[in-house]
Formats: sequence, structure tokens, C-alpha cells
Amino acid sequence: MDSSRRTFLKIAGVAAVTGWGARPVLDSFASSGGHGEAVEPEAKKTGEALIGKHWGMVVDTTQIESIDDLEPIFEACHKLHNVPVLKNKRHRIMWIWEDEYEHVFPGQESPYMVERLHKTPLPVLCNHCENPPCVRACPTKATFKRESDGIVMMDFHRCIGCRFCMAACPFGARSFNFRDPRPFIEEINREFPTRMKGVVEKCNFCAERLAVGKMPACVEASNGILTFGDLGDPESEVRELLREHFTIRRKQELGTEPSVYYIV
Amino acid sequence: MLELALKGSKKYWGLVGFLAAIVGVAALTWLYQLQFGLGITGMSRDVSWGFYIAQFTFLVGVAAGGVMVVLPYYLHDYKAFGRVTILGEFLAVAALVMCLLFIFVDLGQPMRMLNVLFYPTPNSVLFWDMIVLNGYLFLNIVVGWNVLEAERSGAHYPKWLKPFIYISIPWAVSIHTVTAFLYAGLPGRHFWLTAILAPRFLASAFASGPALLILLCLIIRKFTKFDPGREQIQSLAKIVTYAIILNVFFFLCEVFTSFYSNIPGHMHPITYLFAGLHGHGAYVPWMWTSISLMIAGIVLLIIPACRRNESVLAVACAAVFFGAWIDKGMGMISGGFVPNPLEHVNEYIPTPPELMISLGVWAAGFLVLTVLYKIATSVKEEAEGYVSTP
Amino acid sequence: MNDRGKIIAGLAIFIAIVTLPFWFNMGKAAPVPDPKLTAKAKAAKECVESTAYMRAEHMQLLDVWRDTVVRDAKRVYVTEKGKEYMMSLSNTCLDCHSNKTEFCDRCHDYASARPYCWDCHIDNPKGEN
Repeated sequence: MDSSRRTFLKIAGVAAVTGWGARPVLDSFASSGGHGEAVEPEAKKTGEALIGKHWGMVVDTTQIESIDDLEPIFEACHKLHNVPVLKNKRHRIMWIWEDEYEHVFPGQESPYMVERLHKTPLPVLCNHCENPPCVRACPTKATFKRESDGIVMMDFHRCIGCRFCMAACPFGARSFNFRDPRPFIEEINREFPTRMKGVVEKCNFCAERLAVGKMPACVEASNGILTFGDLGDPESEVRELLREHFTIRRKQELGTEPSVYYIV
Repeated sequence: MLELALKGSKKYWGLVGFLAAIVGVAALTWLYQLQFGLGITGMSRDVSWGFYIAQFTFLVGVAAGGVMVVLPYYLHDYKAFGRVTILGEFLAVAALVMCLLFIFVDLGQPMRMLNVLFYPTPNSVLFWDMIVLNGYLFLNIVVGWNVLEAERSGAHYPKWLKPFIYISIPWAVSIHTVTAFLYAGLPGRHFWLTAILAPRFLASAFASGPALLILLCLIIRKFTKFDPGREQIQSLAKIVTYAIILNVFFFLCEVFTSFYSNIPGHMHPITYLFAGLHGHGAYVPWMWTSISLMIAGIVLLIIPACRRNESVLAVACAAVFFGAWIDKGMGMISGGFVPNPLEHVNEYIPTPPELMISLGVWAAGFLVLTVLYKIATSVKEEAEGYVSTP
Repeated sequence: MNDRGKIIAGLAIFIAIVTLPFWFNMGKAAPVPDPKLTAKAKAAKECVESTAYMRAEHMQLLDVWRDTVVRDAKRVYVTEKGKEYMMSLSNTCLDCHSNKTEFCDRCHDYASARPYCWDCHIDNPKGEN
């Protein structure tokens, strides 16, 4: 790895710790270039960004009739994020997909359950846990929880592909690029990156869309089945739903505190 | 001392050449994996760790097992083991080389390996595993090499070495404890989520490491003029006996807790491994073989007449070693991933290229072991007055 | 020493192998690259920072950009002059420099640098030329 970059990152790290923010950081590397032009740039959030303290989602399973209601949701997400379609089941990559109640909530099924839940396919995705075990496991902080809004993110540049996070995730939400995904993307969305082989990926709660003021793609395509919002804001739509309906979360007993709730 | 590795018989060079050839073929296979991705293995979205990590886990045990000759000698002043401590330390070195190689071939982006150092993350057990494994490798090279060199020049080993020797003893325990913690702290993986995992790992380590060491001692006696000694081998055999009994006992504790409590999540992986689940049971014959080998090993080792007969002892040690290898090198990892978090059964079967790469890593380890043991036995031969043959 | 001849021959072979790349490439030095700007890039006159700075430090800048976007959730870069840019390799840099082969690759090939940016990021996102 480039040594000057390493040094730079260290300077950046020290500056960040001492609370000097981005300005002196960028200064220091600007002047280190020796071209005499000290630039003083800074970084900020986009003006139209949706800001939340703790993003969460509510899935209204009562609105799901059949898989036909979910397909557009999956398609919207996977197309937008260049998720490849791999025929080999072992190599499959999924950000959001469906499964039956007994598999989504193992141990909570019963033989005489309300009939609707027996038949209804339920969407599953990364739970963006408050105490994410994947983040605890990652040896490089390639997966991390964004403290500003609670999204559990992947830094594909940093991931070494050890797959410890996949072992740690109790929800099977993570996929690994067992091979170059590019040839298996049916129609590339040129504005979003693909991934390379050897890194882990998963749902990012559409961080790139929130940054430009848009709701997650799945939510927009869901016809009201999915509701997204700030769990940290008592007035938000998700909190309203949670106040009015009985909801459950996946494997609550593990203490990961999922941010995805299901109205059943 | 390195020059001792360069003067050997035809048999020695034949073995070195044979192992190097396997390493070579495996290296080419690894290049293919590097180019294609880990998709050439049998691993999947559901079983995301396979043969590589399982071998790694087993070999950490072999490395830790070496401490069973170091501890009695240095802490209890059990003089007899002085003859074989170097064999235990060099076995640990070779095992650790294999461990690190297995981690390396398992990475999706091996070129970024140093990110673990650039972005140190103390909350990750893998970070600590990296530290303890490399530390133990360092300790064994330094201690082993210096003690051997002192022996060669007929002197006592230097004083500064003492702290390293003492540190290496708890350090051996730490490497396998931390490796168990990789698994034992993961929520939702019921097979591993047990406080007894680290003790179980250690028990299996203290059985399989010394068992391999006994086999190696017998081989050394046959092919060199250095005799590790009958008393040494018998003492090691007793250690293997206790450890393998403990290992089976710990396993039975797991079985009791899982099945008496009747909690499905805890029963499923064991059922899958020993009886099959939802029509999938590729590991069933292997697991029963493992149990049979370990029990056969226990029976042979417990009966004093069998244990004292070195031919029978060799069979018993081979049984213990392979029994523990199947248990940890095959069942332990796959079992933990089946069924998956959504309670589906997707089996893992290693592929030929994956097995080739694994074989290559084993060959690399045994190449290191061959060279180190050549040096050690040559020094011992010299010390005992034999002139080493060119 | 009767091994003298062997040692000298060995050293000669060693030196020959080590210096092989130089012999192999002698007289074949590649011309200094001349990255080509697209019409759009020319019209913009200046990149997000000065040309000299970009030429020397664009990799450091991109490294900061990616960490700032991915890890700090800040996507807008404000230059000293107060101009704002979205920090995006594909959608900002490569939108203007939509001619990867004539712009990026020329220097990278010359310097034998093989950045893996394009394993994931797509060049020329709008498909223009």
C-alpha cells in the first residue's frame, strides 16, 4: 500500500480525534503535495438529505396477499444496487428476499397458527441491529454502524473477505461474492457501483438514496407494505405504526435489537 | 544450524522434493482460486466457512498440544521430557505455519490482509487471534532455536530465554481459547454457543497434538540415530489418554444439555451431524467413524498392556488423531452452519480444488516440519556422539 | 578455492537475471503519456482542484472522498472557492472524464499503476463520449 497515503490517513485520524474536523486534515495533505496551492475545502451533507437519528422499517404483513406483492420490491432493490442473479444456489446474492413465517421466526410458529401467516411469504433483509454482532466480529471495521443514523454499512474498499460477519449474523442477511458478479448483472445501473469478487455485501437501507432525499427503493415499490422512518422521532410514521399495532422482531431473544419490525 | 538441513540422505531429499511438489501443484490451484474467487470451493452463502477454516481450527489444537511436553519439563522439572521439548516446539511452529496459510487461502481479498493491522479492531476476536497466533509462532521459534543451539554448543540456554519459555505456556492455552472464542461468542449459532467450547477444543488439542508427537517420535527413532526415548513416549501416551477421555466426556455433556433440554436449535446441528436432517446426512458416516476411532483409541490406551506395546500404541494414537481430526476438521465447522439462520438445511461438500489447496497447506507444514526435525535430530545425533552422515 | 569458476558463473547468471527487465526494455521507453480531455472537461477549465494538484494528488483526494462518503455520510465536497461537487467517482469524475481509455488509462499504464476502482465503479455512467 502507498506509504504516503498511509501517513496521510494517520494525520487525518489524529486530526479527527483531536476534533479539528476536515479542514486542517485536507490542508495538511494539500500542502504536503508541495504545489504551493493550499486549498481549503470541506465536506458536508447534501442539502436535501433525509436526516434521522435511528432509521427503521415496519413491514405490514397483513397487506401481503401473495409473492406477487413482494416481487416488485425485490426487483426494485436488486436492480438499483446491481445485485447479480447467480444460477448456482451456493453463490446467490440477496439483499432482500422472501421466506415463510416458520423460517423468518423460527421457534415462534405453532401448528394452529392464524391461517394467513401459514401461507404469506414475508420479506427479510438486514435488520440494521442496534447491537450488530457482524460489526463486533469484523476485524477491519469494514462493516460498521453509522453512529449518526444507525445504518449498518459495508465499506467494500476495506473488506478482506474473511466472512466472520456472515458467521456472526443470526439472520443470514449477508452474501459473499464467490466470483466476479459483473457478468451476472442483467442490466447494469450505471450510477451505482457493482461489487468485486471476494467481498461481503448486504442491504444498506439505501443510504445513497437517503443522502439525496429519497426513500429506500423497496419502500417506494412496496405499495404501503413497507414503511420507513426515524425510530428516534416519536412523531414519525414508523413510531405511529408501532404505537398502534402489535409488532414482532426477528430473534429478539438474541439482544441484537433489530430495527425492522413486523406487524403480524 | 541451518546448514544441517542441507546435508541429508537421499530419503530426506526425496521427502522434501515430494512435499515441495505437492505445494507446487496446490500453489497453482490457489492461483486459479485467486483468479476465479472462492466460488471454486464448496462454500456457500449458508456455509460460509468450510474446509480451510476447519483445518485451521484443528491445527491450532496441534500447535497448542506441543505445550504438553514443554510444561512438565519447565514447570514440574520432569527431566525426561528435556529430550523431546524441541520436537513439541518445532511441531507447534509447523502447525502454526499451516494455520496462518489456511487463514490466508480462505480470504476473499488476500491482498488486503494487512488491513487487520492498518485498522486494528480490538472488539473483533479475529484481531486477537491474529495476535496470539503470530505471538506463539514467534515464541516457539525463539525458544526452540535458542535451546537447540545451546544444546549443540554444550551450554545452558541463555538466561534471557527463561521469561519467553514461561510466557509460552499460558500462551499455548490462549491460542486455542481465543480460537474457540471466534465461534463461541456468535449469537444464533447454537452448536458453538456454549461455554464448554474452549475447554473442549483444549481437550481435543491435548489429545491430537501429543498423539501426533508420539507418531513422529516413533518415525524419528526408525529413520534417525536419535531415540526420543521409551519413557518419554509412555508419558505422552498417558497425556493423550486423559485428554481424549476428557474430549469425549465434554462432547457427551453437549449431547446431554442439548437433548435433555429438548431445545430444537441446540439439537439440530448434532442431529444433522449424527443422523441427518431433512434428508441431508453427508457427515453421518464420518461422525460415527470419528466417535468409533476415539472410543477405540480410549480402550487401547486405557489397557496398560496395550499402551506399553509401542505398535499398539501407534495404532491407538493414529485412531485418536484421525478421530479428533474428523471431529474438528470436518464436523465442527459445517455442523455449526447447518441448519442456517432461517432453519434451512444446505449442506457443504468440499470440492476437489479446495481439497488440493488444503493438501498443499498440509504439505507446506510438513515440509517445514521435516526441515526443522532434520535440524533437531542432527543436533541430537551430534550431541550423542554420532557423526552425521553426509 | 577450486569453486571459483562456479561462483563467478553463478554471480554472472544472477546479475543477468536481476537486470533482465532493463535489458529487455532497452530502447523501448514508452513516450510520456498525453491524457486527452473530453470537450466537457475542456469547457470546465478546472477540475475540482487545480490541474497540478489533481495530477499529483488525485488518488489521495479520492481516498479521502471514499472514506468521507462511505463512513461519514457526507457526500458534498466544497472547494476553497465555494464550489460544490458530489463526491462520486462514477457520477462526478467519470461523468466529465468519460474517456477512461484516453484519460485515466494512459497515465496508469505508463506508471504501471493498476487501481481496482473499475472493478466496481462504472466508467462513463451516462454512456456519452
